[in-house]
Amino acid sequence: MLKTTKLTAAVLALALAGPLAAQEGAPKSGGTLNVVIQPEPPSLMLGLVQNGPTQMVGGDIYESLLRYDFNLKPEGQLAESWEISEDGKTYTFKLREGVVFHDGEPFTSEDVEFSMDKFLRESHSRMRTYMEHVESIETPDDHTVVFNLKQPFGPFIGIFEPGTAPMIPKHIYEGTDFANNEANNTPIGTGPFKFDKWEKGSFIHLVKNEDYYMEGKPYVDEVYYHVIPDAASRAVAYETGKVDVLPGGSVENFDVARIQAMDNTCITDKGWEYFGPLSWMWVNNDNKPLDDVKVRKAIMHAVDRQFAKDALWNGLGKIATGPLSSSTRFYDGDTPDISYDPEKAKALLEESSYDGETIRILGLPYGETWQRWAEAVKQNLSEIGMKTEIVPSDVAGWNQKVADRDYDLAFSYLYQYGDPALGVSRTYMGDNAAPGSPWNNVANYQNPETDRLFAEAALMASPEERKAAYKEIQDKIVEDVPNIWLLELGFPTIYRCDIKNPVNTAFGVNDGFRDVWIDR
Amino acid sequence: MIRFILGRLIKAVFILLAILVFNFLLIHAAPGDPAAVMAGEAGAADEKFLADLRARFGLDQPLYMQLWLYIKGAVQLDLGYSFRQQMPVAEMIGDRLPATLLLTGVAFVLSLVLGVTAGVAASARQGRWGDTIISTFALLFYATPLFWVALMATLVFSVWLEWLPGFGYSTIGAGYTGMAHVLDVAKHLVLPATTLGLFFTAIYMRMTRASMLEVSRLDFVKTARAKGLTRGVIQRRHILRNALLPVITLAGLQAGQIFGGAILTETVFAWPGIGRLMFEAINQRDYNVILGVFYISAAMVLLFNLITDVIYVIVDPRIRLTT
Repeated sequence: MLKTTKLTAAVLALALAGPLAAQEGAPKSGGTLNVVIQPEPPSLMLGLVQNGPTQMVGGDIYESLLRYDFNLKPEGQLAESWEISEDGKTYTFKLREGVVFHDGEPFTSEDVEFSMDKFLRESHSRMRTYMEHVESIETPDDHTVVFNLKQPFGPFIGIFEPGTAPMIPKHIYEGTDFANNEANNTPIGTGPFKFDKWEKGSFIHLVKNEDYYMEGKPYVDEVYYHVIPDAASRAVAYETGKVDVLPGGSVENFDVARIQAMDNTCITDKGWEYFGPLSWMWVNNDNKPLDDVKVRKAIMHAVDRQFAKDALWNGLGKIATGPLSSSTRFYDGDTPDISYDPEKAKALLEESSYDGETIRILGLPYGETWQRWAEAVKQNLSEIGMKTEIVPSDVAGWNQKVADRDYDLAFSYLYQYGDPALGVSRTYMGDNAAPGSPWNNVANYQNPETDRLFAEAALMASPEERKAAYKEIQDKIVEDVPNIWLLELGFPTIYRCDIKNPVNTAFGVNDGFRDVWIDR
Repeated sequence: MIRFILGRLIKAVFILLAILVFNFLLIHAAPGDPAAVMAGEAGAADEKFLADLRARFGLDQPLYMQLWLYIKGAVQLDLGYSFRQQMPVAEMIGDRLPATLLLTGVAFVLSLVLGVTAGVAASARQGRWGDTIISTFALLFYATPLFWVALMATLVFSVWLEWLPGFGYSTIGAGYTGMAHVLDVAKHLVLPATTLGLFFTAIYMRMTRASMLEVSRLDFVKTARAKGLTRGVIQRRHILRNALLPVITLAGLQAGQIFGGAILTETVFAWPGIGRLMFEAINQRDYNVILGVFYISAAMVLLFNLITDVIYVIVDPRIRLTT
């Protein structure tokens, strides 16, 4: 958490939102929102591409059935109401009436069925695995969709957000080659903003959707996403008033303090609850001497995460307690101790099979902060008598090395998508460890017991049972230290205080600027 | 002359082909491919996703086949498609070319004019304070890293003084047309063009000065002086003309880079040019885009080398062209 007076004030304001909102006056319409986008997205078609920047712009254009508040509680978006049957196998959504796509065609249950069953199953790798739980989809009328699941799948209610399940117009894509459809360049959704223009290398321009189904919304007339490739220039862009919103990660952490001190500047680390970005070092459990749990434990206790948080991350984020982010469902903080303790680390290393081998550290090539972090870890490990070397790489090289398991320790961070069955089990399941992907069980952690628990917990109908299962999983995994968990990353969104509501769901700026208004 | 040019052009075609093959192999030797990068950005990917992408990009074919297809296309001036942006590479380069030409062209002319003028001025005042001032500045700009100059220029002129925009090609959303648009772009151009031009200005200045001083000690200059010609005429007609040859060589080199863009300057100033396109393409392993930009810049370097050689003959009739 940020410890600044401004944030305290913001939290206070949030707590008193009811009465204060009245004093602040009704939202004003009009104005232009200028936002930084980094890097430039390859495409805005959210059904085909799901990287960060595509999601940020696509979240204005496309919508899903639900959205989620900071506690991941679902709220209606394109669905008005929904029901989950007692046995957890039938999900019935009532769709909002009178919703039209940007080209004027009505949005109906047919589009939902097409999006989920055809388009996303074909082109969205995460959705493909989620949809395996679905037996059939029924559309009894234009505004009702029923999902029949093969067995209960607790996380199912958490997948209806634009980055996972964007609603795609059937009338445009049916029967076409999705990836090569011309329409991908002029994305059409139901969202509050319409695509207008993309000047490659400069900006993306969205305009207000005049026919939006929510009375009076969106408030802002247009949104410009500015493409500025250099981090220092992005900071300057904010300082000179060219942009008003710096989404998380836009500027280097060491610039945050300076920008934060400017007039009319607010900062929040909310809006990442669904993603729950957790950083860790992959440990190649197949390589000697890292196959020895004592060596892994020694590394875990040797890494000074408080220092990383204070010095490298500007005090943002939280120290991880294990494989789950604290905002992810079924998080349990009461796991075995993995705190910084160099003496204990030395003792563990002494007892272990470590014999002076040089351990390679593969840093994450995502800018200064990560580079420095690798150097800090190298320093930490040398303090307990471990020899290390840092392996340089660029993004493509990093992907290749991690996918080929050509590493000893490798920095990474992954999203958790709100539920351990969606974003955590993939990292630890024994049957998900085949080389070739940098996003599966890269460490090759093998534990039949947690495998069994993960498999069962995903399919349990009752949340209480799931909670107990995940508690056991967390304890067991932390005991084995397959990876070195670092920080729950804090990506602050920086914005002018007179921009209201830029972050009001668990997705932050990625959820579109439906509720944003400018008080000028 | 015609035979010389024709001969050189034929040679150039073979050199270009060799460069293409070499670039192709070099790029493919780098770890990681565009499918891996795209999957990496999505933060999640299964085997099917990667396989689909590789098949779509034609990366599932053996390397020699990919090379053959690329060369075949390139010979017919077909640069292929960008994997990432799903656009023809020729179109992408065409989109970025005007911005780059404006930036590098202005920087080129600026540095050449300023550099040669300052060099002549300095050599005429050799050892006096005028020379010292000019030479000191030249040394300073020669030795300072470009990105630092760029950042400081932004800080001073954009953040503190608020005279000039710090980045971008034009004011986004202003909707200027006609003269207002030209002025707007010109304003945005000042900082990047100056930053890019400074380094070359320094080089031209130092080279012109050294070369002028060298030539001024030669016997024919003494003769000219003895003939009673004025100082100005000797400087212009006799010394400068002879001193320019090394400057032309260097200008030829810089001119060849005009089409390649300026990666650093374009990145810091968010200038939507070729250099940035290439830099991003390298990071994303967007093979066709990288090769396309290399192709164009290699062709331009060859062309400008030829032009430079021809200019030698015009400036210095003693030089003969042989293939």
